[in-house]
Amino acid sequence: MPEINIRDALQMGHHEALEGDPDVLIMGEDIGAYGGAYSVTAGLLDEFGPNRVRDTPISEAAFVGAGIGAAVGGLKPIVEYMNLNFALLAFDQMINIGASLRYMSGGQVSVPIVYRAPTGGGIQLAATHSRSYENWLAAVPGMKVVAPSTPADALGLLRSALADPDPVLVVEHVLMYQRKGMVPDEHFTVPIGKADIRRPGSDVTIVSYHHAMITAMEVADKLAARDISAEVIDLRSLRPLDMPTVIESVQKTNRVLLIEENWKTGGIMGEIAAQIQEDAFDYLDGPIARVGSEDVPHPYNRGLEQSMLPSSDKALAALSTAYGI
Amino acid sequence: MQAEAVDTSSKTELLNLYQQMYLIREFEERSGEMYTRGLIRGFLHLYSGEEAIAVGAISTLEDRDSVVTHYRDHGHALARGMDPKVAMAELFGKATGSSKGKGGSMHLFQASRNFYGGHAIVGGHLPLAAGLAMAAQYKDTGGVALCFMGDGSMNEGEFHETLNLASVWKLPMIFFLENNLYGMGTAVDRVHAKGGDFDMAGAPYGIDCTVVDGMDVLAVREATTAAVENARSGAGPAYIEAKTFRFHGHSLSDPVKYRSREEEQEWRKRDPLSVLSDQLLKQDLTTEQELLEIRKSQDEVVREAVKFAQDSPEPTGDELYTDVYAGD
Repeated sequence: MPEINIRDALQMGHHEALEGDPDVLIMGEDIGAYGGAYSVTAGLLDEFGPNRVRDTPISEAAFVGAGIGAAVGGLKPIVEYMNLNFALLAFDQMINIGASLRYMSGGQVSVPIVYRAPTGGGIQLAATHSRSYENWLAAVPGMKVVAPSTPADALGLLRSALADPDPVLVVEHVLMYQRKGMVPDEHFTVPIGKADIRRPGSDVTIVSYHHAMITAMEVADKLAARDISAEVIDLRSLRPLDMPTVIESVQKTNRVLLIEENWKTGGIMGEIAAQIQEDAFDYLDGPIARVGSEDVPHPYNRGLEQSMLPSSDKALAALSTAYGI
Repeated sequence: MQAEAVDTSSKTELLNLYQQMYLIREFEERSGEMYTRGLIRGFLHLYSGEEAIAVGAISTLEDRDSVVTHYRDHGHALARGMDPKVAMAELFGKATGSSKGKGGSMHLFQASRNFYGGHAIVGGHLPLAAGLAMAAQYKDTGGVALCFMGDGSMNEGEFHETLNLASVWKLPMIFFLENNLYGMGTAVDRVHAKGGDFDMAGAPYGIDCTVVDGMDVLAVREATTAAVENARSGAGPAYIEAKTFRFHGHSLSDPVKYRSREEEQEWRKRDPLSVLSDQLLKQDLTTEQELLEIRKSQDEVVREAVKFAQDSPEPTGDELYTDVYAGD
């Protein structure tokens, strides 16, 4: 297969799911006639019809909850949010119902639903359309959350999400839909809960995911120019977390840099840092370096927004402060 | 709507309605006792006074239909066929309860009977019911979803969103409003723009509306039968409002300072059990003795349920970690 981008990979995943399982249906705002706000579902309405590719009213609680009910009733719904920021209107559905039914019912009820949502900042949409909330949802037992940063992971994780008997949120960074990469020709899946070492190294472990992976790779390049070998880990799954891969790396490198786009306060890297110090404290040569977005609402102005988001300069500065490298 | 269906139902069916309603009443009264003895904890919301609705409405359903309800859910669970022992054990938090002690009073489930809760965020369960209706429609099972909701849900966004969605997609479902006139301690007319006038609340969404006497099980059954038949035939959702009254407070911790004793007495005169027994006795379909036998038999059922719950084991510690995900 030639190189394809993340949007193509997701579209392929939707197409094969609709084709392969009559119980799969997609629902969301403007996913049909309009083709999807980010064109992931473009063309599917024509091929599969309005019963399986459903435009919904702008009623997040109703259509997300209906997706959950449809999953309980034996269907395999993919529910697309136009933006993860709009999921705030349906947190009750996702958390109190979707993520809780199995436990509250003592194991009687399964909710095999897939939520998908664009997320992230960097395109000047200001405070209400730019935030990354996937870490909040990853804090909820009963949820699974994945965040692909390559086309192969997007397809492989979507396949795993569709095969999963529990609710899975797939977050897609708005700046990454056109990011290209190789996708294997033969059928493959990417397991949920497994991180990927994108670049092996020996001097410092960089942990990141999603769009911040681009920053992480930049940092690794800059360090390489100084003969510092960075191991870069793409978490890919935020719940469950693949901590063994992270810990093993830290035991080898003794230095850690964590990069995410969430607000630093309450970001998922705080959890990663806590677990590293619990399980690998004696291996650390210094404090864990950590970079996230500045703790302010997203500004509209490009310069302000860029200075709010994580960057390789900020990451290198944090690394220098922590380890003097 | 007044019921005129007495003659058309068989005696056994009618006595079965009485039996179910009495079972719920006794179950609730005994649960209340167990709560005051500290054997049931958390919140306990009793259904006493509202039995005609769950029993009348659910009696119209088939196995393939789904039921979803709010947190005052014991009556619906029992009417849908949950074993009173299993229900009581759940209230006690025991391993033998419907959710193995993980759900409690507000979250009763019995998937084998398509009974999907027991939900305790007001109005939050309406979309779930719509989704169950959507699955039935999509799979063409002929099933419908019956969704009970309290008057508190009428001012929640989910109510309006879900009625609209159900109407647009012609979902086979019934929105059944149990209007017991108070959202916890707040009288509905104090917090609703139309003074708690909910009889046509489905109309803005193009949904047929019916008002029924919530203390009359036969009237409830008749109204629900029509709505279920319509929904099953593809005519789309229906909305039914039944005015009713909870004989106890919102929960067991409610001192009930917000309504008058006179109002309570007026409603107790229309106790749904007496309404039905009067109808049956008047038409010579039963005798006082027969009704007494039914009550005794249900007293025994509930006694056994309490004993079962008391004698059942606590969940083991490892149950804490099971059922978070499949395969746990």
